Amino acid sequence: MANVFTNIGDWVNERAPGMMPMYRAHMTEYYAPKNFNLWYYFGSLALLVLVNQIVTGIFLTMNYNPSAAGAFASVEYIMRDVEWGWLIRYMHSTGASLFFVVVFLHMFRGIMYGSYKKPRELVWLLGMLIFLVLMAEAFMGYVLPWGNMSFWGAKVIISLFGTIPYIGNSLVEWIMGDFLPADATLNRFFALHVIALPIVLLLLVVLHIAALHEVGSNNPDGVEIKKGPKGNRWDALKPADGIPFHPYYTVKDLVGVGFFLLIAAFIIFFAPTFGGWFLEHDNFIPANNLATPSHIKPVWYFTPFYAIVRMIPSFLGSAVWGVLAMFGAIAVLFALPWFDRGKVKSIRYRGTGFKVALGLFVLSFIALGAVGAGITAEVIPAWFGDVDVTFWENLFGRVMTAIYFGFFAFLWAYTYFGWEKTKPIPERVTTHD
Amino acid sequence: MTKRQLLMKRYIFPVALAFALVVGSVSVQAAEGGLPHAGTNVQDQASLQRGAKLFFNYCVGCHSLKYMRYERIASDLGLSEQDVMQNLNFTGAKFGETVVSHMPEADAAKWFGKAPPDLSLEVRAKGADWVNAYLNSFYLDPSRPVGWNNTVFPNASMPFPLWELQGLQTAVMTEAKPGEDAKVEKLVLSQPGKMTPAQFQQASRDLTTFLEYASEPAALQRHHYGVWVLLFLAFFTFLAAMLKKEYWKDVH
Repeated sequence: MANVFTNIGDWVNERAPGMMPMYRAHMTEYYAPKNFNLWYYFGSLALLVLVNQIVTGIFLTMNYNPSAAGAFASVEYIMRDVEWGWLIRYMHSTGASLFFVVVFLHMFRGIMYGSYKKPRELVWLLGMLIFLVLMAEAFMGYVLPWGNMSFWGAKVIISLFGTIPYIGNSLVEWIMGDFLPADATLNRFFALHVIALPIVLLLLVVLHIAALHEVGSNNPDGVEIKKGPKGNRWDALKPADGIPFHPYYTVKDLVGVGFFLLIAAFIIFFAPTFGGWFLEHDNFIPANNLATPSHIKPVWYFTPFYAIVRMIPSFLGSAVWGVLAMFGAIAVLFALPWFDRGKVKSIRYRGTGFKVALGLFVLSFIALGAVGAGITAEVIPAWFGDVDVTFWENLFGRVMTAIYFGFFAFLWAYTYFGWEKTKPIPERVTTHD
Repeated sequence: MTKRQLLMKRYIFPVALAFALVVGSVSVQAAEGGLPHAGTNVQDQASLQRGAKLFFNYCVGCHSLKYMRYERIASDLGLSEQDVMQNLNFTGAKFGETVVSHMPEADAAKWFGKAPPDLSLEVRAKGADWVNAYLNSFYLDPSRPVGWNNTVFPNASMPFPLWELQGLQTAVMTEAKPGEDAKVEKLVLSQPGKMTPAQFQQASRDLTTFLEYASEPAALQRHHYGVWVLLFLAFFTFLAAMLKKEYWKDVH
C-alpha cells in the first residue's frame, strides 16, 4: 500500500516539481517562533470558520430560495424539512458570529504584540482588507433570511450612503435596485454573498498568509527570530528559536480547534440563538415594510461601529459626518502601523502609557457595542431612574467614541515625541510551554 | 512558576473563562424581560401532547402553523397517524400537509381588525415567557371591539378563546391621576372557569410548550444529539492535547 502512495507521489512530483518545495516552504520548513501562546490560536481558527462557512453555505444554497416571496419560507424549510438542515443552518449562523469573535481576538493579538509593525505592515493591511470584506459578507448574509430585522437592518445600513451629498439618494437606489430593500436587493446580495465576496475573501486570505510567511511570524516577545542566532535541529541556517510549523503548530492548533469546537457545539446544540444575539427575535418575523421593529439595531458585531454613526451629530445641514466617522473608525485601524512609531513591538516591553491606552481602547470598543446594541438605553433608566436617557447615552457614547479615536492620536504622540519608556527587549524569545 | 501553575494560567483559566462567558451570557439573556418565567420544557412529551390538544381545540380555528406538518407532529409527539388525523386534524388536510386554518384571511381582518397571525414562529419571535404571560393576561374590557383586552399586549384584537377554562378576569384599575389614564393594577378572577387557577396555569404552559416546539421542532434533535457531540469533542480535544504533548516533548 505504501508503495502505491510513493508511486503516486513520484508520478505527481515528476510532473509538478514545484509542489513539494512549496509544501516545505509553508509547512515543514516554515519556522515559527516556539513561544506562541493562547492568542496565537485565532488565526488558524479563523481559517477553520471560513472553511465551515463555505461548506455549510454550499449546502444552504442548495435549498435556499433567493426571492422576497420565498426566502423566509425556504429558511424554515431548511430548518424543518431538509435532512440535518437545522444543523447546517445553525453551523452557518453560529459560525458567522464566531468568525467575528475570533477575528476581533486575532486583531487584538496583533495590536497587543505589535504584529502590524515593520516588517509586517503588509500582513496587517491585507488582514484589514479581509476584515472589511468580511463585514460586507456578513451584512449581506444577514439580509438573506429576509426576516423583519434583515429588512430593516438593510434599509438603515444602506440609507447611510444616502447621507453623502449630491449623489446619496441615487446611490441608495442604485445599491438596492429599488426604492426599498426588495427582490432586486435580495438577489444581488445573494450573488455577492455566495460568489463575489467569498472569492475575494479567499484570495485575500491566501495573500495574507503568503505575506506573513515572507516575513515570518511575530511572537509574544516581539523578538525577530530571523535576526537572532541561527541553527536549529532541522537546519543550520534557520532561526534557533524557530520550530517547523508542521508538525509542531499543526498539532498544537488541533488542541485549539478542539476547545473552539466544544464552545461552538455548545452554542449550536444548546443555545443557537444565543439569547437573541446570534439569531434575533425580530428576524423570526417575515420582512414587512409596514411593521417597524421596536428597536432597529444591527447584529452584535456591527454595534460598535453603528454606535459611532449614532453618536456623531449632524451639522452644516448634513448627517454624513456620522457615516464618515464610522468608516474613519476602520480607516484608523488600517493606518495603525503609521500611527504607532514605537520600535518595541510587544506589550511585555512597552511603556505603561501603551498598556493603559490599549485597555481603554478595548473598553471603549465594548462600551460602544453596548450603546449600539441598545443596552445603555435600557441600563441607564434601570440604574439611574428618571433621567434624560438620550442625553446621558449620547454623553457616554461620545466619550467612548473620543476614547476610541483618542487611542490612535495618543499612540502617535506617545511614540512620535518619544514619551514612551520601554523595557529592554530580550535577545531570544523568553518562554514557551 | 511550576509547570502546573503555568498550565493553569495558560490554558485552564482562559478556557474556563470562555465557557463561563458563553454560559453566563445565555442565562443573563434568559432572565431578562420582566415577565414571569414560563417554565416550559419541550422535551416533556406529555406536556407537548396536552398542548397540541389545546391548540387544535381552541386555536386552529383562526391561527395556522403553516410550517408545521401533521406528520411531523405525530412522530415528534409519539402519536400515531390515526391519533393525529382523528383527534387533532380538524382542517381536513392530508397527513403530510401543514397546519393551515380554515379562516379566510380577508374575513378575519374584517372581523378582528387584523388577520390572526400564523403561530409557527410565535415563540421564537416573542419568547415563551411572553406567550405564556399573554395567555394568562386577558380581561374583560367593554370598551374594546370584541370585549377583551390584555395587559401583556394592550389593545390586542384577539378575543380570549380559553375563557371557559380560565374563567373571566376583570381589571382592578388604579385611580386616574390628572393628565394620566388609569392603569391596570391587577387582574382578578371574577367568575371561575372549568379549571382551577393552578390547572389553567399548567394548561397555558402546555400550550406554550407546544408552540415553542412548533417554532423549532429541531430543538428535540438538538438536545438529543448535543450531549454526544460535546462528549466526542471533549474526547477529541483530550487526544489532541496528548498528541501535542508528545510532539512538543523535544522543544526546549
